[in-house]
Parts: sequence; C-alpha cells; structure tokens
Amino acid sequence: MKPTGRRTNLLLNLASLLLLAGTLFLFHRYGSDYQVRILNNMAIFIILAVSYNLVNGVCGMLHLGPNAFITIGAYTSALLTMSPAEKELSFILEPLVWPLSAIQAPFSVSLLAAGLLAMGFAFLISFPVFRVRGDYLAIVTLGFGEVVRVLCNAMQSVTNGPLGLKGLVPHTHLGWSWGVAVVTVIFVTRLTNSSYGRAMKAIREDEIAARAMGVDPFKHLLLAFMVSAFFSGVAGGLLAHLITTISPNLFTFLLTFNLLIMIVVGGLGSTTGAVLGAALFTWAGEAMRVVERPMNFGSWSIPGIPGMRMVIFSLLLMGVILFRRHGIMGRREFSWDWLRGRRGPS
Amino acid sequence: MINGISLGSLYALVAIGYTMVYGILRLINFAHGDLLMFAAYSALYGTTLFALPWYWSFPLALLGTGLLGILVERSAYRPLRGAPRISLLISAIGVSFLLENLALVVIGGVPKPFPRPEVFDRVVEFMGIRIPVLTLYTPIITLVLLSGLLAVVFRTRVGKAMRAASTDFETTQLMGINLDRIISVTFLLGSVLAAAGGIMWSMKYPQVNPFMGVLPGLKAFIAAVLGGIGNIFGAVLGGFVLGVGEIFIVALVPQLSQYRDALSFLALILMLLFRPTGILGEPVEEKV
Repeated sequence: MKPTGRRTNLLLNLASLLLLAGTLFLFHRYGSDYQVRILNNMAIFIILAVSYNLVNGVCGMLHLGPNAFITIGAYTSALLTMSPAEKELSFILEPLVWPLSAIQAPFSVSLLAAGLLAMGFAFLISFPVFRVRGDYLAIVTLGFGEVVRVLCNAMQSVTNGPLGLKGLVPHTHLGWSWGVAVVTVIFVTRLTNSSYGRAMKAIREDEIAARAMGVDPFKHLLLAFMVSAFFSGVAGGLLAHLITTISPNLFTFLLTFNLLIMIVVGGLGSTTGAVLGAALFTWAGEAMRVVERPMNFGSWSIPGIPGMRMVIFSLLLMGVILFRRHGIMGRREFSWDWLRGRRGPS
Repeated sequence: MINGISLGSLYALVAIGYTMVYGILRLINFAHGDLLMFAAYSALYGTTLFALPWYWSFPLALLGTGLLGILVERSAYRPLRGAPRISLLISAIGVSFLLENLALVVIGGVPKPFPRPEVFDRVVEFMGIRIPVLTLYTPIITLVLLSGLLAVVFRTRVGKAMRAASTDFETTQLMGINLDRIISVTFLLGSVLAAAGGIMWSMKYPQVNPFMGVLPGLKAFIAAVLGGIGNIFGAVLGGFVLGVGEIFIVALVPQLSQYRDALSFLALILMLLFRPTGILGEPVEEKV
C-alpha cells in the first residue's frame, strides 16, 4: 500500500473537520443543555491536556502548575469582559484598581490577553523552574500553582479575593471551545513534528546527549512551556465564561491531577493520546456519577459516596502507571496511514 | 521563639522522612504528607473508637503508619524500579491522591476534633509567659526520636547499609546487600517519624481532615530542600529554619501572615536558584 499522499491527507483532514463541525452543529441545535455542557467541557479539557502534554510528555518535564496558568487566564479574561458597572457591583470589599475597572474588551480579545498574560508568567518563572529538573521541577511548579492561588485570595483589589468573580456572560459556546481545541491540536502537532519538536524529544530522551548535539535545552523548554501556558490561559478564559463564576479555590492541584490522569491514560507524549484521554475522562467522569448517587437494589440501598470517583480515578492512574505505562497510544500518533493499518515511522 | 522551635521540630520530623527516601531512591515521596494524615486519624480512632488510653493508641498509630509506608513502597514504587523517573513521580502523586480520597470516602470530609490527652493540655508559666506544655514537649520528643534515628543510622548494620545505598545504589547491591529490605526499613523509619509529627501536629492544631497532610508535607519538603536534601541533619536544620522563620515573619509583619505559605515557596525557589544543594548539602557529603 502506498502511504497516503499529501493531497489525500489534506482532504481527509478537511472532511473530518467538517464532520466534527456538522456533529457539533447538530448538538448545538438539538442537543440538551447537559450534552452541550459536556461537549464544551470535553473541548476545554482537550485544549488543556494537549498543551499540558507538550511539556510533560514531549519534553518529559513533570510540570505540576498548569492550574496556575488556567487561573491567570480565567481571571484575565473575566476581568476584561465584565462591564465596569458589574465590576463596581462585585467588588464590595475593595474597589478594583483603576485601569482594570474602566476597560471592557470583547471576548476574543480577552481570550488572547488571557493566553498572552499566562505566557508572560510562564516566561518569568521559567528562569527558576528550568534551573532544576525532575522532582525539584515538579515541586517548584506545584509551588507556583499554590502561590498564584494564595495571591488570588490576597490581592482583593485585583481579583476580589475569596469572593471571586460572579455573573460572567456565558460567551463560551461549542464553536469557541471546539474551535480553539482544533487550533490547539493543529498547532501542537505542527510544533512537535517540527525541528523544535524533535529537539524537545531529544531533551526528553537524554538531555546531556541532546546538549552535545547542539540543542539548547533552555530555549526549547522555554518554547514548550510558553506555548503550553498560552493555550492553558486561553482555556482558562473559556472555562471562566462557561461556568460564569470563578474563585481562587476553583483551580486547585486537583485540576492538574485530572490533567495528569488524562495524559497518562492517553499515553505520555502523544497528542492523539491527550485528546483521547481528555475525551474519555470527561465522558467517564459523567458516566461515573452513578457511583456517587444512592443506589437501590430491591430492598436495600447503598448511600451515595461522594469522592468515590476520585478514588477510582486515582486507582486508574496507578494501574496505568504500574501495569501499562504507555497508556492507550504510547507515543504513537494518529494518522490516516495508521488507520489503514500501516505504521508510520515512529 | 519557642513556638517557632516547636513548629520547626514538627517540620523537621516530617522532613527527615523525605530526605531519607530521597537519599536512597532519589524520589520525592508525595504520599509522605498523607501518611501524617493517616497517623492522625488512627490515633484519633484509637482513642475515641476503641477507648484506648493515649499511651497505647499513639504508639499503635506510629506502627500502623510505618506499615502503611512499607505497603506504599511495595505496591507503588517497587514495581517501577528502573522505570523512567517521570513514571515514579506520577505514581507517587497517584498514591497521595488515592490515600486522600480513600480517607474522604471512608471517613468523610467533615473535619474532626482531635482529643488532646490531658498530659499535653496543661499550661505552664515560665518567666511570666504562659506556654502550653505541648509547645515544650514537641522539641523534646523530636530530639528523643531523632537520637533514636541517628543511633539506628550510625550504629547498626542496617543503618550502615542505608548509608551505603544512598552513596551508591548499584555498588551496594553488588556487595550482597538486600536493597529491597533496606528500602523497606527506610520507609518504615521515615513513616514512623512522619506519624509522630502528624500526631503532634494534630494536638497543636486539634482538627483532623483528609487533606490535612498536604500542607505540612509541602512545608516539610521545603525544609528538606532548605537544609540540603538527602542529609538528615540538613532536614532538621531546615525544619527549624523554616519553622522559626515563619513564626518570626508572622510576628514581626502581621500583614504578611496570609502570604505565609507563598513565602515558604519563595524561599524554596530562591534556595534552588542560588544554592540547589541546600545549606548543608555538599555534593560529596555523606548522605542517608
């Protein structure tokens, strides 16, 4: 069999995008609110998982602070879309600082700003973060997530402190969330297949060897980190306008942990895996609500146990790590060739 | 000051566990803080549910936590020996979340009051200041446990093997030492110390909940890094530095108290930037 040609590839990609758009349109038109909500969540998780995977899977750096970037993105975009009148109403304890209190921007601009600001923060913290590796890197990024949360609670004149921001306009609809998700997937795929991506993988496999071959680890890690932060920030903005209420304690380490489950189950280092992992996680998370609800078996009933889902998810994560370290996809990627039964060069 | 030393000795107790495990396995045991939580709960249930006097329930809690530590190592870390480090770390995070959420499911998320035994509940007056005895006992108990630990590490064969393993993992194996056993002992000792820290922590802040281990765990880790990870004395020193520092900052600049946890992380980041090996950590120093 011949490998799929460039033209066919493009056509097939376009066709599947159209199919996706069509399906989403049908849901938008006829689906229930609940279904639309889940699809939105799924898209946002796909953005987050794919961008998270860029640092964790492709570069092999265990980074535990995506929740920080999500928080930054959510607050930035929320503060930009709220109208000045609304802001005056919400900030009861301390008024909002001047420039922020007056401006209002359209949703698209606010998302862009969210991404850029998250990226800026990523740039700033990359200097201490990439001085260290492995466990230290994990802890420093985890600490960054905590610091951002503490600051959000404390800086009342910017974030409204523990009260959070309420009453955001639900701008996020399927077009936005899936649109950004598709852009993220395309961008990250192009990046990982470029020479930059190959350099990142080289760093993952053996940093010293990569350096000996003339790869500058800091430059490439910084690139991956900033791209990842950008998309996390945008996703944060989307998330804020989906749930319409944000508070500092919304984006905790639990969110990072969930993302970690997604990319590990999907296969660390595979963008396809991240997409699959995110989709499965969203679906399973909803499907498993059953276990937290009281169940009736004839005469006796089991009371609902809140938190049971997380136990199952933790067990799942441990199981995958212990017995099937490569997850669903390993490091393979989806391609039309692969679908036709031939393995591309891996 | 005394408050700082008392808090510092708690950090030190927990930090030692991190440092010992890191010294041998080069792994941050994320579940370490949750062992602390487990110890607090088992001490709590020992005294309330089984009506044991504290001098029975506390040692039992120590023992149980030690065993749990070994179990965690066996089930989550041992199968991954030789696997990429990122898997090991993810596994550690997984264990931590599993323990927290199991506690949440089994016990429930409502914080429970911790019964403080009467012995620790008194207040003494010393030079005009009223000090709860607990604040005085904590450093003393820490010192006793610490000297016990040092005796094990520096005076016994197991301790010698532990020190050897932290210097060179593979050579130690070649010398015919059963590393799995050494690692189990390390986890046992580390977990027992964490349990002691946990029990005293819950007497100091008498409230127990499934996520109570997270913050002391992180702080103790910071302490271990401050002092130089892999080094027991470093962990103790780091614990005291962090504890005293925190209390001082809160006492001197009360406005900063809500930033207390953020400041600890700032200290960690600065330390890693300027002296990644910690106060006492030298690349060639003997480590456990």
